[in-house]
Amino acid sequence: MLYWIDKNVKWIYPLPAVLFVGLMMIFPIGYTFWLSFHEWSMSNITPPLWVTLDNYMSLFKDELFRESLWITFYFTVVAVGVQTVLGILLALLMNKHIIGKGLVKTLFLLPMIATPVAVGLVWVLIYEPNVGVANIFLQALGLPVQEWLASPDLVIPSLILIDVWEWTPMIALIVLAGLVSLPKDPYEAAIVDGASGLQIFWNITLPLLKPAIYSAVLLRLIDALKTFDIIYATTQGGPGTSSQTLNIYGYVLGFQYFQIGKASALLMVFFAIVLSLSILVISLRKKAGASL
Amino acid sequence: MSKRKKITVKSISTNILVYFILILFILPFLWMILASFKTQQQILDTSNLFGFTPNFDNYISVFTKYAFMDFIVNSFLIAVASTFLGLILGLPAAYAIAKYKQNGLGLLILIARIVPGISFLIPWFIIFSRLELIDTYTALTLSHTLVTMPFIIWVMIPFFESMPGELEESARIDGCTTTGAFLRVILPISGPGMITSSILAFIFSWNNFMFSLILAGEKTKTLPIAVFNFLSYSEINWGGLMAASVIITLPVLVIALIMQRFIIAGLTGGAVKG
Repeated sequence: MLYWIDKNVKWIYPLPAVLFVGLMMIFPIGYTFWLSFHEWSMSNITPPLWVTLDNYMSLFKDELFRESLWITFYFTVVAVGVQTVLGILLALLMNKHIIGKGLVKTLFLLPMIATPVAVGLVWVLIYEPNVGVANIFLQALGLPVQEWLASPDLVIPSLILIDVWEWTPMIALIVLAGLVSLPKDPYEAAIVDGASGLQIFWNITLPLLKPAIYSAVLLRLIDALKTFDIIYATTQGGPGTSSQTLNIYGYVLGFQYFQIGKASALLMVFFAIVLSLSILVISLRKKAGASL
Repeated sequence: MSKRKKITVKSISTNILVYFILILFILPFLWMILASFKTQQQILDTSNLFGFTPNFDNYISVFTKYAFMDFIVNSFLIAVASTFLGLILGLPAAYAIAKYKQNGLGLLILIARIVPGISFLIPWFIIFSRLELIDTYTALTLSHTLVTMPFIIWVMIPFFESMPGELEESARIDGCTTTGAFLRVILPISGPGMITSSILAFIFSWNNFMFSLILAGEKTKTLPIAVFNFLSYSEINWGGLMAASVIITLPVLVIALIMQRFIIAGLTGGAVKG
């Protein structure tokens, strides 16, 4: 027995983990896929009814679905874009001689490891139209006050600001780690050739940092697309449906309206989007020279 | 040598800029702490933001009126149990993936990290209801392990890869089996990696909101759910809400301050090596 385990360590060691993932994730996703072809309201009395593609049809006719698709992309693209640029700039700053760099790095960790629900609720107070510090700040600058999370037009930018606050430090830390490990030689050669600071950044630093930046953007794109905690804790998709991302809409359909079939169809579409985007970014990273 | 002596105008302004940005990032936490020591009236009075005598009423009421101790215990037990289960399942898997270059399995674990949790939430609810496991520690621990385990594996793979192979070989020469060498030689010197991955796994379980939202009930309500429920009272009790937010954030902040090196390495490690 022991000998047999020893011969097959390669397969036996990962087996429990693989079984666990299969049982807790792969099988349930298959179940969601199966449910997406059925009409059901989660009751014990009436069994799921096979309806072929009806759920998908009603989904694509649903204006709220298209809206949530748009909101999800808007939020993800802008949030990740802004935090990538800011994160790289912050990393370049932090790569200089900073007093107490260790402590600075630690404090920059706080937004991303603090409990998202608590973070969300603090921002609800900050954005509160009457007593929130965001409006007090605007007033001090002589600017008109805003409704922030309560305004249909401003709610997504307000949520993007939270996401940028929360995750810019992570991009900065990843890029900073990349900066520290850069080779010295190309820089010496460039200085000898008389290249300017900006030229050095564009032609040497940025290309060398590509793998680190791609990694950071991959992680952020996937997680931003799936943002749930912050949005649910602050707006629950509101006001109206103006911050209802795919994630929130799926939750609302499934657990508030109990439209199990339609919710499952939405979740399968969402799953397909996240997966294909991941594959795309992973292959881009491979091209940039990263191993996985 | 002369690098340390050079204090230029440029380096001073860089320092000032970095610290200014840092303050912007810390401000919401200061705001949370400040508000947690104010009365509702002091929070609603925006003409005087800083002039107030701090009082602990919010903290007292959070523990006496809302049974927060129970929620803290629930969150703690589930985070510890799911981290432990994640280690048991994850350590051998990470070791095999690192040692035998099982990139396919590595990819499977990456997918477990990528898939949106909500895409299996409905089946979970159905299955756990049928098994009468809603509102049990079992269901919550199992669900949180789906977060902790891939994370532990992800942090441990590069750690095991960087371990010198001679250690295991010499154990084998001394008559150990592979499993013996893993248990007696590899694991005991894996302390730093295990600490890093366990801390992060604990934090992610502690922070988890979505899984607890559908699987927790009155008996097993975790802190994030309890804090979130504060919102649903008719008039928002801001002071109480902020005190509750401080309570839930404090353990994570303390861990981060003590273990900063490990946490930065764990959060960014896989990405940098990439």
